[in-house]
Parts: sequence; structure tokens; C-alpha cells
Amino acid sequence: MEKQSQYEVDLGNLMAFNPSHHFASLPSSREELVKECLQEGTKLVQAIADQLFNLPSTEDIDGPLVSLPPPTTKLPRSKHLPKPKPPTKWESFAQKRGIKKRKKDKVVWDEQTGTWKRRYGYDRVNDDKDVPIIEAKMTDEPGEDPFAKRQAEKKIRVEKQGKNRMQNLKQADKVGALPSHVQLAVTALPITGTKAVPKKVTKHELGDVAGIVATSTASGGKFDKKLPGEKAPKKQGKQRKFLPVVEGTGIGSQEKEQTEKVLNKLMSKHSHEILNVDKAVTMYNVKREKKQKQRKDGQEKSSSTSSKLKPKNKPNKKSVKKGSSNKRKAK
Amino acid sequence: MLKIKTPKKGRVKRELEKRAPKLVETGKKTLLLQGTKTSNTLNAVLTELYLLKKGSVVRYTRKNENIRPFESGGETSLEFFSLKTDCSIFVYGSTSKKRPDNLVIGRTYDHQIYDLVEVGVENFKPMNSFAFDKKLAPQVGSKPFVCFIGEGFESVEELKHLKDVLVDLLRGEVIENLNLAGVDRAYICTAASSNRVFFTHCALRLKKSGTIVPRMELVEIGPSMDLIVRRHRLPNDSLRKEAMKTAKDQPKKKVKNVSHDSIQGKIGKIYIPDQKLGDMALPNKSKGVKRERREGKRKNDPNKHASKKQKEDSM
Repeated sequence: MEKQSQYEVDLGNLMAFNPSHHFASLPSSREELVKECLQEGTKLVQAIADQLFNLPSTEDIDGPLVSLPPPTTKLPRSKHLPKPKPPTKWESFAQKRGIKKRKKDKVVWDEQTGTWKRRYGYDRVNDDKDVPIIEAKMTDEPGEDPFAKRQAEKKIRVEKQGKNRMQNLKQADKVGALPSHVQLAVTALPITGTKAVPKKVTKHELGDVAGIVATSTASGGKFDKKLPGEKAPKKQGKQRKFLPVVEGTGIGSQEKEQTEKVLNKLMSKHSHEILNVDKAVTMYNVKREKKQKQRKDGQEKSSSTSSKLKPKNKPNKKSVKKGSSNKRKAK
Repeated sequence: MLKIKTPKKGRVKRELEKRAPKLVETGKKTLLLQGTKTSNTLNAVLTELYLLKKGSVVRYTRKNENIRPFESGGETSLEFFSLKTDCSIFVYGSTSKKRPDNLVIGRTYDHQIYDLVEVGVENFKPMNSFAFDKKLAPQVGSKPFVCFIGEGFESVEELKHLKDVLVDLLRGEVIENLNLAGVDRAYICTAASSNRVFFTHCALRLKKSGTIVPRMELVEIGPSMDLIVRRHRLPNDSLRKEAMKTAKDQPKKKVKNVSHDSIQGKIGKIYIPDQKLGDMALPNKSKGVKRERREGKRKNDPNKHASKKQKEDSM
């Protein structure tokens, strides 16, 4: 059977293209068009099937299996080609020196306990904490804890390994070949030099800062365009309230309140200087009793002393004068 | 100060590795979404497309306001969605007075817009308007045959681009082994004029013929529509070059001990280790060399005949 027209068949995609067909005149009705399309389509499909069924096939449960060739039409990739990982510092060193990797077993025979133990992880072979006795050497200083020293050394080793890993990842990142599950996240550097974690700014703080910035504009932030969802700035600066100019006759109630407030404040400030009534009363009583006693004694001793006694001065009046006038007024 | 972030769960790690760039890529996922205004036909088109490609397609049903693929700023949403769903082809449907029943089919490279084709849909006929024998219905996810008819696909720039995009959209996964019993669908695209493509989806009926190759018959099952090419945007050259790179293009590893000569052609060097003739094992041991014989001969040297058992005794 000879092929009448050459179709471009891409078997890998199960695709066929007939470049030589052309509609001499557009068919009048839609059905005609459809029929013609199906006819041509059948021819193309048959061409693909011809090639497909002639491929060497293997028998499978569901049917014959053929191995398709790779597609010939080039289509763009959806992601970039993965970049090869640069060798780590150890890898390049091992390559240079000719050190080969050795296959290690997961379990190792532990002489001490006589069992098979893991090489690393929980309950491992040569764990630092299992060592019961460390013999003292001549070079050891007295007072130095060898166990703590070992732990500290291990910590340093682990940290060094972490640093090396970070360096290797940074190198890979520079090339663009970071492994897919690893991300290098940048945490902000504090300017102060301390390693404190920078605090996250809250919504209210941001609002405050925005307000401060707004007031630095020429019109004090009054005509700034607002973003959707941004609230108007809170009233900034001192808010002063003035009493109404005219309110009734004499002292209005609001003014009264204002003055009362001021007075109360003053009183509370100087409360330690203001009279303590109970104390004054007891003082007076004590003095009176004293005087009565004296008088009694004086009467017993001589009657002339009574003239020497001054007329009873009510100490109340003197000391109260200062404070009580204010008190009365306040009431 | 840098910090290494690795996923704490194995599932997350596996997902990330699935989405990582691979040497040989398999199966592009498709994203179907719509704009602020869609017509009934457009909704039906998107639904049918979803059903045809079930398994490797993500359907967004909400309206998306700020997607304008052909404008410079209107692509950010698309790129974000492509990153989120890991889809590298998208079909965006919208309707307007100027462009009724509009579909924008686009591809992304590294989650950036690679190229776009805008087509209008006319004369759409959904699947349920076709009457056919239920036994012929193709299975979900089967590999389709794709056919292009018409010289327009070669001569007209826009149709060439559309052909490229349609192959990418319709072909499904690239597979190595195909089960011949499972071929049951075909997409036919015909270039009716310089800007109109007639697209239809058919089921294949394999009929017995004399040879191994069965006779193919197409039964239209829908959907079928006319695609009118409106606008298109080709990728810029540098991006195109980068996207078309394949693993095979990488420089071949140097083969050792092979050299080319202009006179003799390809020459290979073979290195043979030193032969230790004394220790060599001879393949066919000749009779005289075998040890037993030698030893036996030495023992029986005085005797001429080798001892032969007398059979009469045992009897």
C-alpha cells in the first residue's frame, strides 16, 4: 500500500498533522464541514494506528503493550532544568585525596554489653554518657570535670558541623541548586548588635507610626489619601475643654464643678497640713484635764495661783481658724 | 543571619519534591478559571474541558476581577495561582461586548507567563447533545490521538502557535508504554480558514480488518466548537531558548580510551594486564596433563597394565 499524502506523524504524542489539505471552497452547510473533517480525521487516525500497531508488542493482562518512542515535537518545559549540586567541602576534599566512601552497617557489635547496637541514635554503641570511669592523666588539672569537658567538646563539634552545613547550603544557593525541601530564611539583623529577636510590630503601633508620619506633612495629615481599610487618625495633642462663656447668673454649675475639682486637688495635696479633728479634740481634752489637775493642786496649795491662771483659752479657735474657714467655704 | 528551614512532616517534604524541577518532566497540570463575566456557553466549555482532563486539572469557580492576561500588570494573579496549584497551563474564560465567549489559553515557565493565545468560541455543542452508543464512551484519562488538518496550521503564524498550545493542552502525560486496548479517543482540529479552527472530540471504534492493524472509525461524541483566533503573544526569544532546553542537550560525558582518527576513523584502546603463563588455567585439559593419570602412572610404573577389576569374582 503506498501512502498518498505524507502526514507528519509524531508517535510519541500520538499526533498526526496533514499539512497538505486545504478547503478549496468552504462547504456550504455545517454538516458538510463536519463530515469532511471527520473523513480527513479518520484518514489521519488510521495513519497513526498503522504505525502504532506495527510496533513490537508484549503481552499483558489487559492487552498488548507497546513501547512508544519519545515524542518528536518539541514543547517548552514548565520548569527550569535542575542545576547540578556543587560538591560540598568534604566531597571536593575526598575527591582530591582519593578517599572512597565505605558502606557502613546500621548495627554494630557492642563488646561491652554483648549485643548489636545502632551506630547512631538512641542507645548507640560508643555513647559519651555510657562511659563510667575516665582515668586521670598527668596532664589533667585537679578540679576539672572530665565528663563536662567531654560534653563541651561534643557541643563544639556539633556546632562546627552545623556551621559547615550552612556554608555548604549557602554555596549551593549561590549556584541555584538548593535541595527542594530546604529553604534559607533570612532573619532580620538587629542594628544594636545584640542577638535579640526583633519584635513584631502590632496593628496599633503601625497606626500610631502612620499618624506621626501624617502630621509631618504640610497640612498636618488632614488631606492625605487613605488606603482602603485605614482608619482616621486619633485626636493627637492635648485636648482642651473650655467652659461656655454665658451660663445663668452668678457662678454657673459647671464653673462650680471646676472650682470644686481644683479645691479637692489642693486639699488632697496639702492634706497632711490640714487639721486632724480627732487629734485636736484629744489634745484639748488632755490639756484641760491637766489644767484642772493643776488647779486642784494649786487650790490645795494656795488660792493666789488661780489669778495667775490665764482665762481659759480655747485652743480650738486658734488652730481651727486657719483650716475651718476653708472647710466651711468648701461646704 | 540565615536560618535553615526544613519541613517537619514527611508528607510536606514529599509534596515539595514532587513540585521540584525535574530533569525529565511528566504531565502538565491545567488550571481553569474565569473572569468577572462569563456566559452560559463559556461555563459549559470550561466544565466539559474539566471532564475531559479529569485528574490533571484544577477548576476555580469564583470570579477573578484583576486578571488581564494581555496587559503587563494583569498577570500577577495568574502567576500566583500557577505557583499555588503547580499548574503550567491555564485556560481563562471571560465575556465582554468586544470579545464574546473568550478563552485565553496560556502556558507558564517557572511560574512566569510564557505565551498566550486568545480564542473565541462559537457553535459550541456540549457532550450531551450527541447521541452515541454508550459502549463507545472513552475512559477517563486515556491517552488521546490528536490530529491536525489543514495547511493553515503551517502557514499562518497564529494557527501555528495555536497548534503548539493545543498539543500541549490535549496530549496528557508522556508515557513510555501504551496498552493498545486502551486507545479510545481522538481530538480532531481542522483549519477551516485562516483564523477559524473546527475542534471536535471523537471516540474510536476499532473494527476488524485483515491485518494486525484494525480499521479505525470515528464517532463524534462532543464537545465540538469553532475556535476563532483573536490575539496571541509569542514568548520572547531568550525565554523560548531556555524553556526548550532538554536534558539531552547537556554536554555528553567524555568516553575514555576512544579517539577519532581521520584515516582510520574511530580508534579504541584496550589495556590488557600482564599474563602469568605459569599460573594460567588451561581450558581444555589434555589427557596427559590430568593429575590422577600422572600419579597413577607413577605408581604403576613397574606394572605394565593398569589394574582392572575382575568381574567374574563379584558374580
